[in-house]
Amino acid sequence: MRLITTLLAATALVAALAGGAYAKTLVYCSEGSPEGFDPGLYESGTTLDVNIATYEGLVKFKLGSTEVRPALAEKWEISKDGLTYTFHLRHGVKWQTTDYFTPTREFNADDVVYSFQRQLDGKMYLPDTTYAYWGDMSMPDQVAGIKKIDDYTVELTLKTPSAPMIANLAMPFAEIVSKEYVDKLAEANNMAQFNDKPVGTGPFIFVDYQKDANIRFKANPDYWGGAPKLDNLVFSINKDATARYQSLKAGECDIMAYPNPADVDAIKKDPNLQAIQEKGLNFGALWFNTQQKPFDNVEVRKALDMAIDKKALVQAVYQGQGQVATSPLPPTMWSSIDGKLKPTAYNPDEAKKMLDKAGVKNLSMRIWAMPVARPYMPDAKRAAEMLQADFAKVGVTASIYSVDWAEYLKDSKPVDRDGAVIMGWTGDNGDPDNFLTPNFGCDAVGGGNRAQWCNKDFDALLKKAQQVTDQKERTKLYEQAQEIFNKDTPVALLAHSVVTMPMSKAVTGYIIDPFGLHHFETVDKTE
Amino acid sequence: MLRYLLNRLVLVIPTFLGISILAFSFIRLLPGDPIDVLAGERSMSAARRAELMHQFGLDQPLWVQYGQYLWKTLHGDLGTSLTTAHPIMGEFLTLFPATVELTICAMIFATVLGVLFGILAAARRDSWIDQLTMGTALVGYSMPIFWWGLLLIIVFAAGLHWVPVSGRISLDYYFKPVTGFMLIDSLLSGQKGAFQSALQHLILPTIVLGTIPLAVIARQTRSAMLEVLGEDYVRTARAKGLSDARVTGIHAFRNALIPVVTTIGLQVGTLFAGAILTETIFSWPGIGKWMIDAIGHRDYTVVQGGLLIIAVVVMVVNLIVDVLYALINPRIRSR
Repeated sequence: MRLITTLLAATALVAALAGGAYAKTLVYCSEGSPEGFDPGLYESGTTLDVNIATYEGLVKFKLGSTEVRPALAEKWEISKDGLTYTFHLRHGVKWQTTDYFTPTREFNADDVVYSFQRQLDGKMYLPDTTYAYWGDMSMPDQVAGIKKIDDYTVELTLKTPSAPMIANLAMPFAEIVSKEYVDKLAEANNMAQFNDKPVGTGPFIFVDYQKDANIRFKANPDYWGGAPKLDNLVFSINKDATARYQSLKAGECDIMAYPNPADVDAIKKDPNLQAIQEKGLNFGALWFNTQQKPFDNVEVRKALDMAIDKKALVQAVYQGQGQVATSPLPPTMWSSIDGKLKPTAYNPDEAKKMLDKAGVKNLSMRIWAMPVARPYMPDAKRAAEMLQADFAKVGVTASIYSVDWAEYLKDSKPVDRDGAVIMGWTGDNGDPDNFLTPNFGCDAVGGGNRAQWCNKDFDALLKKAQQVTDQKERTKLYEQAQEIFNKDTPVALLAHSVVTMPMSKAVTGYIIDPFGLHHFETVDKTE
Repeated sequence: MLRYLLNRLVLVIPTFLGISILAFSFIRLLPGDPIDVLAGERSMSAARRAELMHQFGLDQPLWVQYGQYLWKTLHGDLGTSLTTAHPIMGEFLTLFPATVELTICAMIFATVLGVLFGILAAARRDSWIDQLTMGTALVGYSMPIFWWGLLLIIVFAAGLHWVPVSGRISLDYYFKPVTGFMLIDSLLSGQKGAFQSALQHLILPTIVLGTIPLAVIARQTRSAMLEVLGEDYVRTARAKGLSDARVTGIHAFRNALIPVVTTIGLQVGTLFAGAILTETIFSWPGIGKWMIDAIGHRDYTVVQGGLLIIAVVVMVVNLIVDVLYALINPRIRSR
């Protein structure tokens, strides 16, 4: 009996000690390997997820919304002409201390000036790299310069007024890096380390990356926004969605990215799991080539749009995790008229009549099906099959064409491309301009504008809206633009998808980011 | 023997050149380039595209690019990845031990079981054992790796919790890699339970990767054994009154070994190919996964560098097999 009592006591003691020393570790099953750790160099969501754990910008999006809020800048002023932005920086922000860098000073204006200047100069410290996102958001055409006023004030000057600028600055490429760390590495002739071992001001401190396997972070106890509730954060990399789901079920990870839509129902029914959902900031569509016959005829495009059973498509392809789109702007975005419009009624008979009237007979066309899943299009091949069947009902013979992603991206762009392309968009910065200009602006014809659609009135409205800073006025301009878009139907809009994050029931506080990135500073884990 | 070896070594040079041209042109023949992948859904102005092409060194004529690649390769410099900007050799050396560890385990698994089943089937020819073994081997040979891997995961990992789903070791263990071989590193770390965890993580990937070679080796062993079992000297051995086990296990098997060793050597190439899928399913950080990612990103330098190293490795393994072959069979040496 005494032995049993002693054993019980010992077990209790060990359990108590273990409990006391227990560190909260959250394992996130991520979908791929980061390309690097410098926030300026890359633009894939997989890499940005890693950047936002350690780094921060002057401003950031309020988590779960597209609203911009202060971060490393406490406040800012914009001059009347819209050309000068003055940022007042936060005091007392500490750079992270790691086993490879110990800062001697706090965050200040030198860091901000350096972070922008390096991208303005465009001089690379690594071969075959570029400040990709900075370039792709056309920052070189917009930013004139940056200068330090004092240790805690900087001034950003623009070449032309740009309404989306503040939202651009909340994007990961504008995150602030430590000039002291850079100087130290440059002195040691070891700048390559800058892209391997990050030092930021953010909620998590980088610990280690084992290539293609996992990335380890620990909580930043000095984080100005309050230390995260987790002690450790681990990204466990697995490219295959089914394998990620199995890992989640087996308890090897606590939360996973990008589930197969077909698994969402099972996840919801699993007693140990939960799936939280949020409307995504995206749209998926079928892009006609409006410069090629017969798709240059708006009546033909409208007829094909009407021939698509969109409700059935959302049900089958998105497994109901989405809604039929009536505007490229998702309904959660300001100025969107999506909620106010009724979707085109599905009417094959009427569509057939319209095609006859337009003189289109025995039309055969290609439908391009993307080989990859994107938040706006989880299964393009299935979508293409449904479109094929719908078009057959109105006498249009469609063949499905699919090639690998790099080839698809390239070959779907040219003005003389045939057929119609399945493609879509996920927003970068929550500004309507970011949805309309890159996809439907005249300058994007032959590029991201895969409808090859250039409507001068529509384009003029977009250009005007870029120069105006008053949101009410911009809203009016975008509403008019969307009406023109609807009248012209350059694409058959399919859906805005819902983003799903499956996780263990022990995970609390996770907030879905409309931009599709994954944040963990608000997350907690119960035992 | 020396002459034989020299002959084989001389053949390596044109093979190497051929592979370098193939590796260089193969990825460039695919439409789409690294800049297209970088741009993704968005537009890119002609000026920016030209600037990026220049930055990536892709604006030069193809023969210049190939010349530089070959020149640098011959000087031991495979260049840097267009995606991660890391030296290719460094990335390869980081990831290769994971593939080798998995490949060796799969090879041992396939060889031991394959030879065993092959002998068993030959010794009991046309019995139910033979039918069952060869039937199973045929199924194994036609098994789609991806499906097979997921099936095993769903049943044994997520369902029965006997083995982990993916990765090389439980995330509870954390140590810096020393050799890159997880079995060795886990022992060196001195952390309790680490070795067992690494071993458990190897089970499913080993089975999945070893299935096809296992089937091939079993069938090859069986047919080689049957051929040998019909030879006169086997009949003589039996006539001498030697036990069945001794005749099959020693006299016949040793002579049946030659085609089996060749098959095993040839399976190394198959294993590397199979590793690509196996690594993807089990999130195994090896070179298979690395190459697939690189092809998707049109990371020219990684594809051409990686393919070349893999080809050299396969060439070396085949050379070793040829030498072994010559050692086992004196007739080849003298040819």
